This record gives sequence, C-alpha cells and structure tokens, in this order.
Amino acid sequence: MFRIRTLAAATAALLATFVTPAHAGKTLDAIKAKGQLACGVSTGVIGFSAADSQGQWRGLDVDVCRALAAAVLGDPNKVRWVPLNSQQRFTAIQSGEVDILSRNTTWSLTRDAGLGLHFTAVTYYDGQGFLVAKKSKVTSAKQLKNAEICVQSGTTTERNLADWFRAQGIKVKPVVFEKFEPSIKAFFSGRCQAYTTDASALAFIRTKEAPNPDDYLVLPEIISKEPLGPAVRRGDDEWFAVVKWVVQALVEAEELGITQAKVDALKASPDPAIQRFLGVGEDLGKSLGLDREWAARAVKAGGNYGELFERNVGAGSPLKLPRGLNAQWNKGGLMYGLPLR
Amino acid sequence: MGTVLAPIRRRLFGDALSTALTLLVVAAALVALPPLLRWAVLNAVFRPDAAACTALDHAGACWGVVAEKARFILLGRYPGDESWRPIAAAGLIVASWLAVAFGRIGGRAALVALALPPVVAVPLLGGGFAGLAPVPTELWGGLPLTLLLTAGGMAGALPLGIAVAYGRRSKLPVLRGLLTAYVELARGIPLIAALFVASFLLPLFFPDGVALDMLWRVLIAIVLFAAAYLSEIIRGGLQAIRPGQLDAAAALGLSPWQTQRWIVLPQVLRAAAPSLANSAIALFKDTSLVTVVSLYELTGSLGLALAGDGEWRPFYLEAWLFIAAIYWLGCALLARISAAIPRQP
Repeated sequence: MFRIRTLAAATAALLATFVTPAHAGKTLDAIKAKGQLACGVSTGVIGFSAADSQGQWRGLDVDVCRALAAAVLGDPNKVRWVPLNSQQRFTAIQSGEVDILSRNTTWSLTRDAGLGLHFTAVTYYDGQGFLVAKKSKVTSAKQLKNAEICVQSGTTTERNLADWFRAQGIKVKPVVFEKFEPSIKAFFSGRCQAYTTDASALAFIRTKEAPNPDDYLVLPEIISKEPLGPAVRRGDDEWFAVVKWVVQALVEAEELGITQAKVDALKASPDPAIQRFLGVGEDLGKSLGLDREWAARAVKAGGNYGELFERNVGAGSPLKLPRGLNAQWNKGGLMYGLPLR
Repeated sequence: MGTVLAPIRRRLFGDALSTALTLLVVAAALVALPPLLRWAVLNAVFRPDAAACTALDHAGACWGVVAEKARFILLGRYPGDESWRPIAAAGLIVASWLAVAFGRIGGRAALVALALPPVVAVPLLGGGFAGLAPVPTELWGGLPLTLLLTAGGMAGALPLGIAVAYGRRSKLPVLRGLLTAYVELARGIPLIAALFVASFLLPLFFPDGVALDMLWRVLIAIVLFAAAYLSEIIRGGLQAIRPGQLDAAAALGLSPWQTQRWIVLPQVLRAAAPSLANSAIALFKDTSLVTVVSLYELTGSLGLALAGDGEWRPFYLEAWLFIAAIYWLGCALLARISAAIPRQP
C-alpha cells in the first residue's frame, strides 16, 4: 500500500509539472454564464470543509466559497462542491476543474510560484504543534530527544517536523501514517511519545479523541507558520482580484461592525466607509466586474469574518479555537482588512 | 442419538490430534467470544445518538454511526430527494448477481443477465429524460458506484478480453505484436497509475471543448486494465482446446465461426469461469482505488461522511466493519456466480 501511495503522489507531482493553465482570463464571465461557482474543498477537515450527515457542506473554507458565490452570482447556494484529496488539489485548480481552491492549503513560496496558481488572501493563520501524554513529564518540544513522533504523511507537516528538530540539533524518529485515524490511534495506544499536526486540530484531538483528555497536554511550541487561504489559477487577474477582495471585504466587515443580521439596517448608516461597503455611496463593484452590492451580499451569505470564525472553528463550534493570530489587527491579531475605497 | 452424534464425534475427537485441535478451538472461542459479544451486541448503542456513543467510551460498539451516516455511506453525494434512483440502480445489479448465483440461469443467458443491469443503471442515475432530473456523474457515489464500476468494468472487459485473446492467436504478426504489447503494458502498471493517466493525462489529448466525465475516463481505464488480465485467462482456455475438436467440427460441416461459437467458446468460458470470478472479485475490491481521482465509491463516501465530523469520527471502526461486511457479501456472491456460469440452462 505504501508503495502505491508513493507512486500516486509521485505521478501526481510529475503531472503537475506538465499541466499548464488551460485558458487564461474570463473566469468570471464563465462562472456567470454557467451560473455556478466550482469550489474545490477537502474530503473532510473539521471546521474548515466537511459534509454533514445530510450532505450539506460546512466550514470556514466552505463559507468563503458561499460568500464568493453570493458576491458574484447573487446566491450563496450556487456552488458546485468538488472534494479533493491532497494529491489532486493542485491539478484540479490548474486544469480549470475548479474556479477556486478553498481547501486549508498552506501558502508557501514554492506553491505560489511553482504550481501555476496564485494565493489570494489568508483566511486562517495556523501553525504546527505537539500533543504529548502528561505522564511522560514532557513540557517542551525540546525535551523530545530520541522520541518517536506520530505524523501524517503527504502534507507540509512531515517536513516541518524534520526541519525543526534538525535546526534544534535534536534527533527524533518520525512514525509516518498515511491516514489520520490510524495515526492518532497509534499515538493514543502508546506507539509514539508525541503526536504532531496543525494546532487547529490538536486541541480537538485532545478533547474529543483522547481516552482521557486530562492525561494529555498540547506543548507550547508552534514550530511552523501555516497561513491557509484560497488560491486561484494563474492567468486571470480579474478573477484573482475578485476572490482577493471578497475575502478582504469579509475581514473589513468585521472591523466595520457589519454583521449578517445588520447588513440591511446599516444601509441607512451615515458612516461613509459603511456606505461605500454596502454600495449605498460610491460604486466599488464596477472595477471588479461586479454590481454595487457585491460586498453586502457576501456578508449576508454567512456573516463577516468574525461570524464565520465563531460558527465554524471558534466558540460556537466543536473546535472552540481562540481567535489568537486570527483576531483583528486592532485586537492583537493579524487580520487586517485592506481598505475598501 | 448415537447414530447422529457418532460421525461428529469421529470427526472432532477421532484421534489425539483432532481432540487437541478441537479443544484448542473451543478454548479460543471461549476466550474471544464473550468480550466480542459484549462489545458488538450487549454494550452496543444501535440508535444514532452521539452522546450515548461517546458515553460508552468504546466499551461497546456504536452502531449508531451506521444508522446516522447510512445514506451518505451507501449513496454518497447523490441528491437526497432522488435517492430512489441510486437504490434502484444498485438493486438491479445486485438482483442480477443474486439471480445468477442462486437462480436457474446459466451459460450465455447468465452473461447477458450480468451485463445488462449496469447499462440500464447509467441512464437511471444520470437522468435528464422522462422527467428525471439530470444528476452529474461527479455526484454518483457509494455502493451504486462500486457496483457500477465492477459490473460495467467486467461487462466491457470480457468481450474485449475475448477479442484480444483471439487476436493474439492471429496469423498477422503486426496485430499479434500490438496486442501483446498492450497486454504486457496493461499488466505491467498498477491500476492506480492507469487511473492517474485517465484522470490527468487523457483530458490533455482531447480537442478543445470535448470533455469526457471523470467517471467515463476511469471506467475506460478499468475496462482496458481488466481486459488485459481477462484476455490471458481466455487465451489459456483457448490453448486447452485440442485441435482434434476443430477438425471434428470441420468434418461435421461447421463453419469456423460456428465452431468457435458452439464448440470452442462454451468450453473456454466454462474452464475459465473460476479465474474470471477471481478477476471479478479482485476488480470489486480494486474499485476502492478510484477515490484517489475523486470518485467517491463505498470507501470514499465513508471517508467523506466521517473525516470532517468530529462527533462521529471516533466511531470509524464500526463504520468500516459495516462496509467490510458489504464487501464480504459482494465477494461471496461473485464467487457463487463462478459456479453458476458453467451450468447449462
């Protein structure tokens, strides 16, 4: 099985280097003509993109696509969901099978520059951390000398692990698993002294999947930067701008206090920034190829960035993640909505 | 009583070795069965109640996960209000397998009965006529997709395999060489590589504006892949037919075509039936590989159903046992079919 997966990954990587963007430009027109946005999501990541028992897609990445569909097509439900595994995701965006890749994908130089795609904005600042058993008395990742560490293959996680410990001059033994379930099962049954993955998933693994959450501890070290955000294929600057600015609008809406519930009422607001945002004043949609109410519809689809966060990964969700780096810039975070003017 | 028990006693306790083995098996069962029974039945939660399942803390099985996710696991992303269509499609294919495995159908009629349902299932799932809403192939999934790929793959691969087997016995060296090269190539690569070629490379060869859905590209890859193996099975069967039979048929005034149709092929298929079933069973399980190219058959839809649902994800073992049972039933059916094909109607 291992060899098959390796071959699959290698084939995909090889093909990715040959596949070039099929058509440049006119993505927006094509989406309008089809009346549907093709959104590439994950095959199931809690809080980011997952189908519920009724087959409805939910999550932060999902809501970004819904906001985009609302802005472009006027209806957040006009989305064709394309679940993609980590090997296929880049080919799908390169070949034009999806219009946007909103699939908790880390923005890095090699991906941005070498894969025929453009990342548009960061929707979640993540980082890689460790989970250990309390009885091991480990309180810092630096104490993990010669430890066996369970990790899932096929993502940046595995490489970060090797890089960080090499930089620290500490030897560890990664124990690599193809799938998520076996990897945590192995950790909780004592196969490894530590488990590593993105911090956004660690807290949930501890509270929900551990036999007894109080026996486990998330270490303070965050060993990597994982800025996650939607990407589009290269060669269509207009579409790139639309996606970029819809995400900016969601972040800006939170700062301006424009919520899903208050969108309509705020149209009477005297604040020029809010007026511009909602299309009451100046027409900001025109230069994007959209109408004047695009941003208002994006917020009305599922709320501003703060509401999306709370519902999918924050206090109102099973993940219960703190805002942390993802708070607004004026509240100690990194979310800095570019000005809509 | 004695007459009934005697053979049993002879078999189980006939000599020292049998007695020891019997006692060992009984002891193992006594050790393993009670905890298994406790886990699977006595402590199990059968209703879709996540809180009750979590409270169990894995002391019992949470079959509720199957109840909660059954629709998603079995039918994948197919639109909810059209559920009867994938159910009917899967039902048709299963019914044909049951009919051949347990019914009175045999020989050529059985082959036709097995080949037709996947052909009927496609328009049923796809819709777009007679008031059936069109459903794009990318939304097909779960058990109907697994069955369609297996039955459709075999239905396409068997005629092709027979043709290739005859072609390789042809007197034309170019044809023979080409077919040999095809068989060796197809057998020389893993199915997953063929699927990647079908999904990523094939579209690049199509002219602009021509697009073939992933499902059809994958089905073509499966047919070409399976046909290479089947052709070798058939070729083996052809080699087993003694030349004397052909001479006898010619002496009776049968044309070469009639000879093949009435004398050779029936014998070949009868001899090849166990190997053909072997291939069908292998293909049935291999269909799970299509998840790597975003077709969500049984294992894929199980992944979609559970991976992103924190509430139910901890109970993935129970869900996997559920589809393992489905795979086992399917394989058992296919094995029985191999016994039915050689049967004369």
